[in-house]
Amino acid sequence: MIVELGHFALILALFVSLIQFGAPMIGLRTRDARLMAMADAAAPMLFALIAGSFLALIWAHVASDFSVTNVYENSHSAKPLIYKISGVWGNHEGSMLLWVLILSLFGAAVWLFGANLPLDLRSAVLAIQGAISATFVLFIIATSNPFARIAQPPIEGQGLNPILQDPALAIHPPLLYTGYVGFSMAFSFAIAALLLGRIDSAWARWVRPWTLAAWIFLTVGIAVGSWWAYYTLGWGGWWFWDPVENASLMPWLTGTALLHSAIVMEKRDSLKAWTILLAILTFSFSLLGTFLVRSGVLTSVHSFASDPARGVFILVIVSTFTAGGVGLFAWRSSALSGSTAFSIISRESSLVLNNLLLTVSCGIVLVGTLYPMALEALTGDKISVGAPFFNSTVVWIFMPLLLAVPFGLFLAWKRGNLGEAAKRLSVAAIIAVIAGGTAIAFGAGGKQGLAITLGAWVLAGSVWEVLWRARFLSAPLSETVRRIASMRRGQFGATLGHIGLAVTVIGIAGASAWNVERLAVMKIGDTIDLGDYQLTFKKVYEQAGPNYAEFAGDFDLKSGAREIGTITTSKRKYDAPPQVTTAAGISSRPMGDVYVVLGNEEKGAFSIRAYYHPFVRWIWGGALIMFLGGLVSLLDRRLRVGLPQRAAKAPFPSAPAPAE
Amino acid sequence: MRGFIQTFIVGLLLALCAGPVLAVDPLERLKDPVLEARAREISAGLRCLVCQNQSIDDSDASLAKDLRLLVRQQLQKGESNEQVIDYVVARYGEFVLLKPRLHLNTILLWLAPIVLVIGGILLASRVMRRPQPESPARPLTPEEQAELQSVLSSAPEKSGSK
Repeated sequence: MIVELGHFALILALFVSLIQFGAPMIGLRTRDARLMAMADAAAPMLFALIAGSFLALIWAHVASDFSVTNVYENSHSAKPLIYKISGVWGNHEGSMLLWVLILSLFGAAVWLFGANLPLDLRSAVLAIQGAISATFVLFIIATSNPFARIAQPPIEGQGLNPILQDPALAIHPPLLYTGYVGFSMAFSFAIAALLLGRIDSAWARWVRPWTLAAWIFLTVGIAVGSWWAYYTLGWGGWWFWDPVENASLMPWLTGTALLHSAIVMEKRDSLKAWTILLAILTFSFSLLGTFLVRSGVLTSVHSFASDPARGVFILVIVSTFTAGGVGLFAWRSSALSGSTAFSIISRESSLVLNNLLLTVSCGIVLVGTLYPMALEALTGDKISVGAPFFNSTVVWIFMPLLLAVPFGLFLAWKRGNLGEAAKRLSVAAIIAVIAGGTAIAFGAGGKQGLAITLGAWVLAGSVWEVLWRARFLSAPLSETVRRIASMRRGQFGATLGHIGLAVTVIGIAGASAWNVERLAVMKIGDTIDLGDYQLTFKKVYEQAGPNYAEFAGDFDLKSGAREIGTITTSKRKYDAPPQVTTAAGISSRPMGDVYVVLGNEEKGAFSIRAYYHPFVRWIWGGALIMFLGGLVSLLDRRLRVGLPQRAAKAPFPSAPAPAE
Repeated sequence: MRGFIQTFIVGLLLALCAGPVLAVDPLERLKDPVLEARAREISAGLRCLVCQNQSIDDSDASLAKDLRLLVRQQLQKGESNEQVIDYVVARYGEFVLLKPRLHLNTILLWLAPIVLVIGGILLASRVMRRPQPESPARPLTPEEQAELQSVLSSAPEKSGSK
């Protein structure tokens, strides 16, 4: 009964989303405010319906109702409760339902927080959101119904893939989807602006918090996924340039560009057309990612979700929204020329460079991801484009980007002075060179040394910007403190964002520069060296988990004479579905992780793989700092407080504008 | 998202058929550390054919293990890295290379970064050069602009979509 109610709510949601699209569109055409306002009524209703539908599916999973196909195929009565719940989105149908749930959540948020938006803009935004909802809800009902029943219900379910039985499943997909789907807001705002023909700095200010919210969730969602891969795959890799990963990286790259170009638009009323185009493209990349993942076009090992009907359906959705958005842009954007000129040495130009490099990297990722598929479709030739390709292209595009960041921070709007900026940055340059030199002295390779230099450069430059704006050293300390205390939160947000980037870059370079690997055949009692650590193989034993049997090995970790603790690694044998997984034993030390994996036994000796992964936590720590930075920015009064009036003059930071 | 998760599963899914064989089992290693290092270097660039973008060095699949052994066999015969790679490519096709070689059919792939950089620079310089000396006249507001547009085009449909 509850399942049918969920099903029914989903079908109702289709009609409500059609109303959310249709009514305000007609209202906008006929200038009928009542019709426009219907979007405000539809948005929360749509959210309530989809949330109800989603809860019904959760209920079916928690209650292990195996008469529901989706539950039968993906759940098992012996599964721990957390995986019964997170298993709801650990499958195609449920994850699409989560997708539209988050979409409708954003719609409801516009209704809730959008009181400061003019009615026509708000209803146009909600109408586009309604259109997106309608297509995806229709997709779910038509091709991926999670509420379908089985006529002869089986007694037991097939269980969830053991690799998905991990706490990360509870948070990774919701975070990532919030990011993906959140960019629909930027898209809807862009389309609404084109339809209404009104695009100004106020628009940029309205769209920025939504973009920022999507971006921080995407950032941390990608990071959680990478961390998950790190501890799951059994050797400590954290990024594979896999098409599915690339699918999430592309909207992140253009989304990052969008955040920066929207600043130019907000403050300088420039780069309008470009910002609108980026908003459209960023969501198109989110849709493309959904297509790549959900259509089965990547097939090979991906045995899930390779139903061609679904693929074609999503392809139609992706092309419609992308082509529609870009087409509308081409038609209406001619009116959007920037109104302010700027010199080639200026903060605007540095942000243009930022956008150039980010979109070029995104373009390379796009070509590298789609090329093998396109080539195979056109000529039948099968090639692979893997990590070595991306490492030798995208990584080199990022180097000048990192070099440019601190300069951008120190250049004035409109017309800056590069020499002056360089002089002010000399402190950061010294720190960067020392860091890079130290890295190379300790055996880092050239590329890694360069990356560490640039990471330290961005880190020091970002911190120094705040200090310099607060007149550190050039004014009494009390004055500096006072100035820092009165800075906008947006300033700290940006600084934290750049610090996070730097930390991630240093982490990536450090992890590959000083990675230690030991492959050994060990008997109980044997000891191996691993960098500064010693690992002693203590014992092996069997134990039972909630729905698996585990064969575990314990290792004592020591550094010289100092006992650090025990690392446990195991192999888990699941019954439903029958599958063996490896659980790496990881001990996080201040400078890196000790990572141990138990292998096969042969005559009382075990194959052991042990790694020391230095700096690896920095990779995700940096993402977390970026997340916090975005959060701090979102709390900035200027974004939070309703600003119904046009931003005639964007307020400058309270700190002195860089002198020229 | 399950799809994203699939990435992480890929290697392990294969462990299903292969049993929990670890990537680069210690028992596979060559005695000669120099040869072994070369084997690892070659392995990192060869794709585990049944995996999603994983190198044979990282993969748990049994096929990856076979390939690792093959690479080591060839190295022990005294062949150079290139000869070993050519040997593997001759048997398994270009698909096995994670970094595709420059051929007629990959030329667009390798040109793409250069084309994108040049195209981007041209576009950006157009944006920056587009001279917009603050015109003394006040620019039309978007409303006025839209109105003008509709008058000029004298579209049959009623005044645009505004």
